[in-house]
Amino acid sequence: MLQDALKKAEKAKEKKALYGDDIDLEEFIKEEAGDHEKVTKANEVPKKVQDTLLKVGVDPREQDRAGTFIQVDQSGVCSTCTSESVEIMGMNVALDKYGWLKDYMWKAVAPDTDKYTAQTAIREAEQGGSGGYFIRSLPGSKEVFPLQACMFIGDEKVMQTAHNVIIAEENSELHIITGCATGEDVSSALHVGVSEFYLKKGSKITFTMVHNWAEQVDVRPRTGIMVGDDSTYISNYILTSPVKSIQSYPTAYCTGENSRVVFQSILGGQKDSILDMGSRVLLEGHGSSSEMISRAVSKDQSQIYSRGHLAGRTQNVKGHLECHGLVLSDDSMIYAVPELEGSATELELSHEAAVGKISEEEVLYLTSRGLTEEEAASMIVRGFLSIDITGLPPELAAETKRMMDMSLKGM
Amino acid sequence: MVKLLLEITDLAVEVNNKEILSDVDLYIGKGETHVLLGPNGAGKSTLFMTLLGFPKYKLTRGEIIFKGEDITNMSTTERVKMGFGVSFQNPPAIRGVKLGDLLKLEHGEREESQEISPELMEIVRKLKFDENFLERDVNLGFSGGEVKRSEILQLLAQEPDFIMFDEPDSGVDIENVELLAEEINILLDKDKKLGRRKKSGLLITHLGYILNFVGADTAHVLMDGRIACSGNPSEILEDIRKEGFKGCIECCRMH
Repeated sequence: MLQDALKKAEKAKEKKALYGDDIDLEEFIKEEAGDHEKVTKANEVPKKVQDTLLKVGVDPREQDRAGTFIQVDQSGVCSTCTSESVEIMGMNVALDKYGWLKDYMWKAVAPDTDKYTAQTAIREAEQGGSGGYFIRSLPGSKEVFPLQACMFIGDEKVMQTAHNVIIAEENSELHIITGCATGEDVSSALHVGVSEFYLKKGSKITFTMVHNWAEQVDVRPRTGIMVGDDSTYISNYILTSPVKSIQSYPTAYCTGENSRVVFQSILGGQKDSILDMGSRVLLEGHGSSSEMISRAVSKDQSQIYSRGHLAGRTQNVKGHLECHGLVLSDDSMIYAVPELEGSATELELSHEAAVGKISEEEVLYLTSRGLTEEEAASMIVRGFLSIDITGLPPELAAETKRMMDMSLKGM
Repeated sequence: MVKLLLEITDLAVEVNNKEILSDVDLYIGKGETHVLLGPNGAGKSTLFMTLLGFPKYKLTRGEIIFKGEDITNMSTTERVKMGFGVSFQNPPAIRGVKLGDLLKLEHGEREESQEISPELMEIVRKLKFDENFLERDVNLGFSGGEVKRSEILQLLAQEPDFIMFDEPDSGVDIENVELLAEEINILLDKDKKLGRRKKSGLLITHLGYILNFVGADTAHVLMDGRIACSGNPSEILEDIRKEGFKGCIECCRMH
């Protein structure tokens, strides 16, 4: 099977992505998987990594966490698990352990999607398992504490690839926090992360991701989500720090009956960042539904593309797409592209998009309470970006709120 | 001799190049509560916004002195820091900004401080709010009465020396008018003896209903951007109730 994937990948080596600036992969260094030392606990990773982890919601003390996976550049350096309901480990370890795992690889994301997926597949074949993690919740289990995973880039000019497979078995519940970040001394690098999610009947996954890259890092995540009967996938994405470019367009396949997908994104564009972020849901199962909510704020010279595509392909499906933006500087831009596609009767799809400015009336109201204009504007922007995150257990909801507040402080 | 807190002299104000107020003189002493009456469109709200220093309201003449200092060219923030406070009639909703967080700032607590001080929480309860209400977005989906109570709550946290109330009782049911009036009386030191009152207020009211519960020292009638007459609040209200603002128009002519 994986030979097939490799063949397809070889053919797509030069294939440009549909969106986002084309990146010359030759410019980056491919490190070996063993270049960074392995540790047994998250708090044993180097101090500079730990400090950065905290900024993206990954706790090196592993308090209230069911398990941890940390990848530095191309090396999986740490994987721990204290829960009996879930598993978390490096992909190479998982492939040795589970013969069936390859049946889940490249099924939700095609290896020949573009040069980035192709590169990931090729590296994986070359080294017998590239980077990435495997997460699985056991049938009928419900772990309230989240697993945490971190992709960290520590060396200059590195191309980090990761192939992640996440499986929620029948009637299980799984919460994941992932943080991606760069070391302070790294100015330029590339991250490609292929993530494939599989939600079996009656399962639920919440996936909360905080990105904190450096100003010269390009990021190309590729994500596919297969959503089975009566299962729910909730994604919360937060990016408020500067990055060179990020382009991502996760696709959820709601093939299961009454399956449900929620995408919530908070995008803060700063400096010269180019953020091209979309989400796509194909409603193919009877009674399936989706909500996509994004809030974008553009500052400085940033450009934000906020895309969304909702496709209703069978009867009795429902979807809503909401995308609001604030343009805070004349040199910045927000380009909202909401798309609806209905190809069956008896469906309901809607969208709501608005791009504008901070309301003057709101600023005046706050200044009449003693805030300066700057304080008022900043409070309004933070309020605008703070979406009510739903679907998380109370412990995680509080934690996520904290992560969000921290990310919004810089806005 | 009452010490003057606010002195407005010969004020003329333009909005979008149109003169709205002219020849306005108004003096409010320390510890005094004044009431501003007048028909719709007379310029009552314009006077409020001008006193607050909102940018759209351009002074073409006159000066505003507060606590002996010329504040004519000061920003809204500076005026508020000096002791101005306001309760709006229809404040905007601010999505994502929690009432509790705003209250903390108004009360001089740090926004990051996790807990609301017990002292502030007591005020919250007095106004029939609870912790859950503080988690709500400012004015978003508030009922008419909740808006008014939230405005008064914020003022109680702020403790300003001079407070303007724009229709504090409109849209509030009778039961809650008394509750609001009680808090307004506290804000304006009405619970203290005359000579000990330090806080001053200016109230806009249409119906004057709130005046049954909040005592005012002086009333002013604003007509067509000018102060038509000033005097004893109950006498002026009585006249207006009998004859409407027609009588005031005649008054204007006589002046």
